Amino acid sequence: MTATEVPVPTSPAGNPIGFGRMLRKEDARFLRGQGHYIDDVQLPGMLHAAILRSSYAHARITGIDTSAAEAHPKVKAVITGATLEGLNLAWMPTLSGDVQSVLATDKVRFQGQEVAFVIAEDEYSARDALELIEVDYEPLPAVVDARKALEPDAPVIRDDLEGRTDNRIYDWEAGDKAACDEVFAGAEVVVAEDMLYPRVHPAPMETCGSVAHMDKVTGKLTVWTTTQAPHAHRTLYAIVAGLPEHKIQIISPDIGGGFGNKVGIYPGYVCAVVGSIVTGAPVKWIEDRSENLMSTSFARDYHMHGEIASTREGKILGLRVDVLADHGAFNGVAQPTKYPAGFFHIFTGSYDYPAAHCHVRAVYTNKAPGGVAYACSFRITEAVYLVERMVNCLADELGMDPAELRMKNLLRPEQFPYTTPTGWEYDSGNYPAALEEAMRIAGYEELRREQAERRADPAGKPLMGIGISFFTEGVGAGPRKHMDILGLGMADGCELRVHPTGKAQLRLSVQTQGQGHETTFAQIVSHELGIPPEDIEVIHGDTDNTPFGLGTYGSRSTPVSGAAAAVAAQRVREKARIIAATALECSPDDLEWELGRWQVKGDPEQGKTIPEIAFASHGNLELPEGVEGHLDASVVYNPPNLTYPFGAYICVVDVDPETGEVKVRRFIAVDDCGPRINPMIVEGQIHGGLADGIGMALMEAIAFDPEGNNLGGSFMDYLLPTSLECPSYELGMTVTPSPHHPIGAKGVGESATVGSPPAVVNAVLDALEIRQADMPFTPAVVWRAMQGRPLRTDLAIE
Amino acid sequence: MQVTITVNGTETRAEVEPRLLLVHYLRNVLGLRGTHWGCDTSNCGACTVWLDGVPVKSCTTLAAQADGHAVRTVEDLDSGGELDPLQQAFMEEHGLQCGFCTPGMLMTLRALLDRDPDPDEATIREAISGNLCRCTGYENIVRAARHAAAHPTTAPEEISA
Ligand code: FES
Ligand code: FES
Repeated sequence: MTATEVPVPTSPAGNPIGFGRMLRKEDARFLRGQGHYIDDVQLPGMLHAAILRSSYAHARITGIDTSAAEAHPKVKAVITGATLEGLNLAWMPTLSGDVQSVLATDKVRFQGQEVAFVIAEDEYSARDALELIEVDYEPLPAVVDARKALEPDAPVIRDDLEGRTDNRIYDWEAGDKAACDEVFAGAEVVVAEDMLYPRVHPAPMETCGSVAHMDKVTGKLTVWTTTQAPHAHRTLYAIVAGLPEHKIQIISPDIGGGFGNKVGIYPGYVCAVVGSIVTGAPVKWIEDRSENLMSTSFARDYHMHGEIASTREGKILGLRVDVLADHGAFNGVAQPTKYPAGFFHIFTGSYDYPAAHCHVRAVYTNKAPGGVAYACSFRITEAVYLVERMVNCLADELGMDPAELRMKNLLRPEQFPYTTPTGWEYDSGNYPAALEEAMRIAGYEELRREQAERRADPAGKPLMGIGISFFTEGVGAGPRKHMDILGLGMADGCELRVHPTGKAQLRLSVQTQGQGHETTFAQIVSHELGIPPEDIEVIHGDTDNTPFGLGTYGSRSTPVSGAAAAVAAQRVREKARIIAATALECSPDDLEWELGRWQVKGDPEQGKTIPEIAFASHGNLELPEGVEGHLDASVVYNPPNLTYPFGAYICVVDVDPETGEVKVRRFIAVDDCGPRINPMIVEGQIHGGLADGIGMALMEAIAFDPEGNNLGGSFMDYLLPTSLECPSYELGMTVTPSPHHPIGAKGVGESATVGSPPAVVNAVLDALEIRQADMPFTPAVVWRAMQGRPLRTDLAIE
Repeated sequence: MQVTITVNGTETRAEVEPRLLLVHYLRNVLGLRGTHWGCDTSNCGACTVWLDGVPVKSCTTLAAQADGHAVRTVEDLDSGGELDPLQQAFMEEHGLQCGFCTPGMLMTLRALLDRDPDPDEATIREAISGNLCRCTGYENIVRAARHAAAHPTTAPEEISA
């Protein structure tokens, strides 16, 4: 479908005035190696830092001797938990109301935990000095298996918390349990299955880091840091360090990928600030890859038990879920306060049935903290995986084609807006059309025929599998009355200034990590004002120069800040109308908008362009009572609801039964994210997410051995998909605008990461003709699944 | 120790620690920060530069090993502001998002295209299999390489931005 391909006028530079394919503004610097990433920040007199990390998963610290490190000629300072205790900074609040150790004082609680911070003249010396620090540990038994965390004899990890006698973090539920149980009791078919969404890591190509500079004279703290949410970080620094917020400037330079990894505040960032205060010099800290994988926000780690009920004909009646969530040593998930399990309770997915209930229990283990990261839309990834796997299990039980079962149960277009059994209001959708489109592109019938032939042939190798998933995403948090992080409502500001010559600057609270905001947001304003996108500069990533807002994650940028930009531009347009009317000596009602120009109805010769109006607004034109000069607007957008993009994905795999190797032959993705502002960028976002899904389904998992050693602590062990594992993707689209978003756009950044893993897993299991095994489907896992001895992929291979 | 390395056609000379990595020589000694660093295990390729015309991972090459040799980095690809056809192709095909892997990808693919001006998709995928990208899913990087093969000289119009 090409519903958004309405031709728009072209600017002098050849760009669309408004929506359409436009090459990216940011590319000019990145292609020349002139991006400015965190490690490119250089300041005069800057010192370099490194962190000593725990080699144990659980141990009491009985002594730290830093004297040899301090004696190193190039070392300027060594900071330990004891130093921080003196400053009341040894612990910091997490994004979910827990506390996290900045540098360990009493115990270490996961392998890779921060123990000491060394500041030296150069990075090599800082790392040399780490070797000179002596830490005495008294090892303690580690809680590695989440399923054993609540056993009565499990060691208590968080004995720092008053009165704590076990490892439980919370119990939380959603849905009507009694009604759901009743539906299950009367159902003709009930299928139950256990499944794991393994611990994975966002692993952006750029690791995390910070450069802190406390100017002793002015009292101003400037922090350049890898953050997707600069304003939220500023407030948090004010809270953590007790510094006055107006004296803190957070600068998020170019970000080399985020995917959720750069939402939170890490101990290294806080240490860099302390280091700058202690030494009086700017301090740079950049983590290495192992530190990134072992200590910063992991994602998933959900052990799920699902049960699905249906009639014999395949009408789904209900879904209930029990989840054990492994949050690691500190509850550091980033998500709206009201929802400790994020948006997991959207798990009813894209189908029409009345009964649903979920119970989520979260536990501490001796693993790195985190839990919401990696493009998951606050746990919708886990929810979609659960329901899409359960629907496949049901299809298997009923002997029904999984596409047919889905078609039978998908929500119908006339049901929107649709309120789900757990209380979400889906804004708009045409689900069957998306699935039909995916099946058409795939040639679904033909694929099934090929598979049947292959299966009928005893020498038929490799094994062929076809997997489907259908997802509904919920993105663009708030509204702020329901959604906040640490009390900060999830709304975002935006400021638009049109300069006297008609060129504009747009200031955003959100921060790009590769999504192309500098281009897309200029296009939104261009669409509303009719000025060329090359005449609109997007400013972001600097708290001194942008309005407050909660930042980029959960695919929020277009749904929230995109709406803010559109509304700001619409306000400017309305103000321009008044100014044009004044200049033309007519009533604003006599004017009509023709892209880029207010003109007199019936006399289009008479009109004023936006640049003309902009100049007049700064000039000596006498404006009507109550109308201020200049042409600008500032908006805080509080979304009325989430937007709900959706899509239908089909994956075709070939599995070599001799080696267990899985090859993704084809991947068909039909996405509906509403109107596409820049289709090229949207497709790029989808490509990246599909690779994420293939990676998680086939390669990525962080497992632990019985001592709590992290087995995924480098790119040799934690495998990312390369160009060889990824197929050439086949994309399609449908367009269903969001009724409540000013331009109908729904957000797409995480859709493919959410939607693709179940398609790949369903395909692999279809090839193997087994109902359930856990990802990632490495050759070893596939091999074991084929033997009927599936592996626990969260623990070391026995 | 002292090293003399020709970088992007200019002879550079510095007193360095023998253990200094080439990536750090380029970034910190010379201030050429287009070459990135992304892992500790020689897996990601963000640091790819040319050593005597051959792509190498500068995180696993000592500055000392480059002593007396010629290094080429991403900063040398465009000429006087005009993009190399491969850079232009990356822009046209949206072969980059965050841009972090891009310098390494460009250096790997420029070497491929110099060797094989018309590589097919499989050859391109093989060539970049040591360069990780977390953003693009590789699709548009492959397309960019094909585009560059089809348009071996930069089109005269510069992209406005
Ligand atoms: S930095 Fe990763 S391969 Fe060189
Ligand atoms: S563009 Fe971000 S890693 Fe490749």
